[in-house]
Amino acid sequence: MAFYRPAPWQKPLSVALLIAALALPTLLTAIGQEFYVGFATRVLIFALAATSLNLVLGFGGMVSLGHAAFLGAGAYVAAICQQAGINEALLAFPAAMGVAGLFALLVGAISLRTRGVYFIMITLAFAQMAYYLFVSARAWGGDDGLPLTGKMAFAGIGLGGDTPLYYLALGCLALVMLLFGRLADARFGRTLQAIRENETRMEALGYAVFRYRLAAFALGGALAGLAGALLANLTGLASPNLLQWTQSGTLLVMVIIGGVGYLYGGVVGALILLVLEEFLVGLTPHWHIALGVLLLGVVLFAPKGVAALFGKRHG
Amino acid sequence: MVEGLLEVRGLCRRFGAIEALKDIDFSVDTGEVHALIGPNGAGKTTFIHHVSGALQPDAGSVRFAGQDVTTFGMHRRVAAGMARSYQITNIFLGLDALDNVALAVQGRPDAGSSFRFWRPVRSETALFDEARSYLEQLGLGSKATTLAGNLSHGEQRALELAMALATRPRLLLLDEPMAGTGPEESARMVELIEHLARHVTILLVEHDMDAVFRLADRISVLVNGQLICTGTPEAVRNDAAVRRAYLGDHL
Ligand SMILES: Nc1ncnc2c1ncn2[C@@H]1O[C@H](COP(=O)(O)OP(=O)(O)O)[C@@H](O)[C@H]1O
Ligand SMILES: [Mg+2]
Repeated sequence: MAFYRPAPWQKPLSVALLIAALALPTLLTAIGQEFYVGFATRVLIFALAATSLNLVLGFGGMVSLGHAAFLGAGAYVAAICQQAGINEALLAFPAAMGVAGLFALLVGAISLRTRGVYFIMITLAFAQMAYYLFVSARAWGGDDGLPLTGKMAFAGIGLGGDTPLYYLALGCLALVMLLFGRLADARFGRTLQAIRENETRMEALGYAVFRYRLAAFALGGALAGLAGALLANLTGLASPNLLQWTQSGTLLVMVIIGGVGYLYGGVVGALILLVLEEFLVGLTPHWHIALGVLLLGVVLFAPKGVAALFGKRHG
Repeated sequence: MVEGLLEVRGLCRRFGAIEALKDIDFSVDTGEVHALIGPNGAGKTTFIHHVSGALQPDAGSVRFAGQDVTTFGMHRRVAAGMARSYQITNIFLGLDALDNVALAVQGRPDAGSSFRFWRPVRSETALFDEARSYLEQLGLGSKATTLAGNLSHGEQRALELAMALATRPRLLLLDEPMAGTGPEESARMVELIEHLARHVTILLVEHDMDAVFRLADRISVLVNGQLICTGTPEAVRNDAAVRRAYLGDHL
């Protein structure tokens, strides 16, 4: 895989996308389709979650099949915070990131000692353990999950209605994309991608490979936790299903469709998958099959993901 | 006796039924070029792996610069001052030559932490200026922006060496640096190693006997995982066991 380097058109395009996203709720309201603001928020949140996996998978070369555990953990932390009387996102969201990040640090510290299929299985095993933990936790709703009493507040301003949460999700995604783009082109990203390409060579250059992998894994977990906290606010529920391996699979599919190792791979993949799903569900009860066929098409015609069609990455 | 820069004692390693290294005692003195020769499959690369820390021995010890490094992983040995080049070219094909060397500079403890998340690495001029100086030292100055994958084989071998040098080693482990290069490139490589040898101690594994006899201060001969002889080029050339086992009519 090639190394990431920012393309010259990337900055203007990002700014244009941001402006379009800022205008979207107003636009939807103008044409009487406010209903889609919630859907757009969902896309933003999953874009964030898939991007966090892309950091781990695409840039770090770590095929984790347990990434949803960190998404779910973030959602539960938000719900538990609210239950404990902390309704402020400025407190609950960092807590969600911290808990998910620490959890990822623990999972990574153990699973990153293995490689290949063992790594995949261990990350999966940890996620399933976390899933059963939440399913059996009566205080947190067991398999019904833990509902929120309403949307939280951000800096004292309530997130009720669809639009405030949309803007909060957009702000989070924009900040994360900015950070992601910077770190990918900084020493850390360079190191991480070189380890993905040739771990042994990096050891032979004096790099303590494990540390960089672990840092990326934990950072990916923390960002997934942020997405989870947002998602709990959107759906009003922290559900154990969020930690299921199928959810991890969905995130993987998003990254693969969008483009593994491409900065915008997670965003593009989340957008495509969720839009297709929304569209196909309305069209046919067999939407799963239709979706499968479309995915097959992506794999056949854009094997590097859709983001790869837009820009050639240079060395 | 003064302890050598590298001291290997009683090193043993099996791969299943194969005894790849049998009770090896071996040392490299500061400042020398010590060549390790032997037929294909003798265990030379395996030995280098054990010195560099890529593999762990079944028994025996490795001391480096007065320190027992037997349990050290590869990256800690590099930090202690060991660098290696690979028999099979091992560079980052998707990066240009300069980026490859800059990555090697960046890995050095004195070049600062790699946990930097904000500043574009290419704006770190200190890193790249130093990297450029290694490229120039190896005659690759004009190839800085060429993708490593597009370099000629000989240039890739030189780049490999530039990366090893960029770690500022005290001991350079070279595993067949001339492998697969043409006669002209080989001659250049010999000159280069001769030049490097003035600044750094070298353990050289090489098949090209002309190169070995020209470069080496001492030669050790490995046959079937056993070290059968160590001495000056003259002594090794005249050793009966070596002639029987290996050199034959090369000499
Ligand atoms: N990882 C390994 N597993 C099993 N056998 C190995 C391994 N590495 C090397 N060997 C065996 O050890 C012996 C020495 O190999 P090597 O060190 O590559 O020799 P040389 O570099 O002198 O040509 C060979 O018989 C080889 O097949
Ligand atoms: Mg060899």
